[in-house]
Amino acid sequence: MTDVAIVGLGLHPFGRFDGVTGVDMGVYAARQALGDAGITWDDLQFAFGGSGSATLGDGAQPDTMVSRLGLSGLQFVNVSNGCATAGSALAVACDAIAAGRHDVGLVVGFDKHPRGAFDPDPATLGLGPWYGETGMLLSTQFFAMKINRYMHDFGISEATLAKVAAKALRNGALNPNAWRQKPLDESEILGSRRLNHPLTQYMFCSPDEGAAAVIVCRAEDAARYTDRPVYVRAVTVRTRRFGSFEVWAPWLPIERGHSVSVDAARACFEEAGVGPGDIQVAQVQDSESGAEIMHMAECGFCADGDQERMIADGDTEIGGRLPINTDGGLLANGEPIGASGLRQVYEVCLQLRGDAGARQVPNGPTVGFTQVYGAPGVSACTVLTR
Amino acid sequence: MTDLFTHGDAPQLIGSRCGDCGVMTFPTQADCPRCMSEAMEETLFNRRGTLWTFTTQEFPPKSPPYKAGVEFEPYAVGYVEFEGQARVEGRLTEPDPAKLRIGMEMETVLIPFGDGVTYAFQPVGNG
Repeated sequence: MTDVAIVGLGLHPFGRFDGVTGVDMGVYAARQALGDAGITWDDLQFAFGGSGSATLGDGAQPDTMVSRLGLSGLQFVNVSNGCATAGSALAVACDAIAAGRHDVGLVVGFDKHPRGAFDPDPATLGLGPWYGETGMLLSTQFFAMKINRYMHDFGISEATLAKVAAKALRNGALNPNAWRQKPLDESEILGSRRLNHPLTQYMFCSPDEGAAAVIVCRAEDAARYTDRPVYVRAVTVRTRRFGSFEVWAPWLPIERGHSVSVDAARACFEEAGVGPGDIQVAQVQDSESGAEIMHMAECGFCADGDQERMIADGDTEIGGRLPINTDGGLLANGEPIGASGLRQVYEVCLQLRGDAGARQVPNGPTVGFTQVYGAPGVSACTVLTR
Repeated sequence: MTDLFTHGDAPQLIGSRCGDCGVMTFPTQADCPRCMSEAMEETLFNRRGTLWTFTTQEFPPKSPPYKAGVEFEPYAVGYVEFEGQARVEGRLTEPDPAKLRIGMEMETVLIPFGDGVTYAFQPVGNG
């Protein structure tokens, strides 16, 4: 796909904002993206708006933004697809342009989650009430069990888990929009309270609040809006296959299947016509330290187990061979699920435009990648170029 | 939905087996998640299996949905692999991760929970 360009970027800082609603943050990000593209609300032909909590009845739906930004009659569709909500919204927006339906539109995502781990109604996940009642409906347990097995199979150490979190917080300290901007060293991370063996408090991200937005248009029209467009070479969304180990599964078949992110990333690279080795900056889902490690392999950036050496060698640092989660990732930014995947896209666009400031990847990266993953086994990836 | 487990001295988990492709699910379900068959039959899991992975729960889950009915105490959960059947998630009777290891033999037991009982997996012998 070379049909779609990103020509406007907006982001409301991530964190906790008392008295600010999710829609307030979405409107803020949308105004910023419109300003960046040099257009107004009336210029938009369509919008896709992502929010996880709004769709579950907590807060206003994204399409209520029209009463704040303009009752222009545009097509506005609300999107909710778990933690991959924002990636899914971008995917359908790109399809709308690629199909020739529209020329220019907005993708916006926001959320304002209550404090603490996600606590969905098991019925919304197709599970019986017993699963929540007996204390198994925690996504943190899944991540801990997946990395525990992965460490056993592929020799990843607890020190490496701490290194990933330390890098995220170091990068977050360079990002004025990040929630957590205080670096911690590896011993502080390892010594913090254990939440789910082998993971400690600072190895986990937390649900929080924030918004992000992009303006997308037909690639051939990009110059009308900006002299620094970023092209969406591919965007893919996939769901889990039989046998993959995903969150909130009371059982797994003996037959192992690969993770949903393997499918989503592979299809994305194929569609983009580039390989993992071409990527110069990547944002991957780091719900916790182990997720970043496992997603590196699932997305094709290394073989299982190579992460131990790569991370020790600094390969994933901002100055490394493959900088990962340069804005601090979920670990430093938290996770408002409607916005999270768009934050990744926003960050890669900044990096490709050379606008990432103190955390700019050196030598002018031209090809970037994002991957967002969520319950109950959905993954969305993009390949972006300048 | 049918029960999750049988009662008595030797409790077993109750699942479904696909009459067409042989896949076993837990708990029971009406359709096969691999081949779409509707020929699912109720079946029992082995009592013993091996610990495939595990973790601990060291902060109190939100309640609801959590319904332990007592003051929070950390616990462990894990997946036990029942040979030739499936891997099933459940609470473990041993909360200390230092006493748990991947591959150890586990047995299905019933434990008091809330107003009733639930199933859990217990290390066999010294593991």
